[in-house]
Amino acid sequence: MTKDACKQIVLDIIADIAPDEDLSNLKPEVRLRDQMQLDSMDFLDIVMELRKQHGIEVPEADYIHLASLDSCADYLTPKFEALGK
Amino acid sequence: MSFQPARIVITGIGLTAPNGNSLSEFRQNLLAGVAGVEPFDVRYMGRLIAGVCHYDPLRYQTRKGLRVGTRAGSISIYCAHEALKDSGLAFDSVPKDRVGIYLGCTEHGNVETENEIYAISKFNYDTKYWSHYHNPRTVANNPAGEISLALGITGPAYTIGAACAAGNVGLIHAAQMLRLGEVDLAFCGGVSESIHTFGIFAGFKSQGALATHADPKKASRPFDKGRNGIVVSEGGCIYTLERLDDALARGAKIYGEIAGYCVNSDASDYVLPNPGRQAECVRKALVNAKLAAADIHIVNTHATATPQGDIQECEAIRAVFGAGCPETNINNTKSYIGHCMGAAGALELAGNLPSFDDLVVHPTINVDDLDPLCAIDGLVLNQPRKVARVEAILNNSFGMLGINSTLIVKRFVA
Repeated sequence: MTKDACKQIVLDIIADIAPDEDLSNLKPEVRLRDQMQLDSMDFLDIVMELRKQHGIEVPEADYIHLASLDSCADYLTPKFEALGK
Repeated sequence: MSFQPARIVITGIGLTAPNGNSLSEFRQNLLAGVAGVEPFDVRYMGRLIAGVCHYDPLRYQTRKGLRVGTRAGSISIYCAHEALKDSGLAFDSVPKDRVGIYLGCTEHGNVETENEIYAISKFNYDTKYWSHYHNPRTVANNPAGEISLALGITGPAYTIGAACAAGNVGLIHAAQMLRLGEVDLAFCGGVSESIHTFGIFAGFKSQGALATHADPKKASRPFDKGRNGIVVSEGGCIYTLERLDDALARGAKIYGEIAGYCVNSDASDYVLPNPGRQAECVRKALVNAKLAAADIHIVNTHATATPQGDIQECEAIRAVFGAGCPETNINNTKSYIGHCMGAAGALELAGNLPSFDDLVVHPTINVDDLDPLCAIDGLVLNQPRKVARVEAILNNSFGMLGINSTLIVKRFVA
């Protein structure tokens, strides 16, 4: 699993969660919340979809790692790899 | 000096019904005999029939709003926007804390709960897959709350559980709140998303009260000998109600005036209607409106096409409206759209209000063989009836646990 592939997985989830948003110009290093309308329930959606679609658990204390696409990739890629993905 | 309550008038209507997404389309189809029942797939039960609304949800909502909210919320938002537009109110200048939202619901939350149980069934019923949206979706005030969010209304916004009498009760409650001075403008009526819960279909089927017919459009047939139960439908109808002085001051179009009402209870059975209490409800509404039975020119019946319920309502109507009411016409709207549950009373009233202007009474359709036990004077069957005058419309809506509601709207005369 590359970090780019991991980012794409997160982007696909966000596309479902925020279907009205244009995601084509998201800056990976900038906080998602600063670039689009995402509230706390939306972040819980990301956590839920990672669990449902990929079997990945994100403990509450680690939610901070989902702030940007880059931080998502840094945090999630090892988790995907641990699952053999 | 006796207390003179403020006069309350209807100034806007927004609706979606299985056969129309605006009052004009709905009315046109009621006069043309166009029913709105169709095949519909129900979880665990397969293909059944239902009344399905085909409004455009994206007219007033984002795709995210639709994903997060409920079907009842979406129907409510659509109807509220349509009512607001129809009212001609300059909403930007309306103090939002003086606006109330009062919506009748038969039930709310079954759809969302069933969906979540189905979703976690795919994960061996592990509740960690249960949605964090479940609670905001299933709280009973959800449909009213979604309107408050959509329109920025900060006054009271809640639903009123009154089974299938709820649409009328939403209007009645709003009129009371306007008279009390709690609000200056009310969005009120009823809403239902019931076709999206298998439970309501299964419950009526177990009760022997779910309609079946080879032709869905002929399935809902109140008063017909061949009737065999209820067609479950979704829908919504929201009115703007104002005190007459406020409506006149802004030159509002006035559909009619709330003349009187009654809500009472059978206190006799969970599901079986009580004709004596229904008649009492109608009589009390007439007294409240200071009208005689003969002053009512249209009675819109609640009849749902169950074998016994229709007979019992006819018994109640016969007891109040008899030979002395030659100008009283009696019809039924469920024959077109099935039973829209919490929206039924509000929708069925709306479909009749244009009669004040066009002097036509829409008929009850699908009556091929009138049940003699339902043969009451004044029934309008299968063809619209042109009448000499329509001064007052009486709308019946009854529900389980024995709740009855009657609402009378009269032609507005300054």
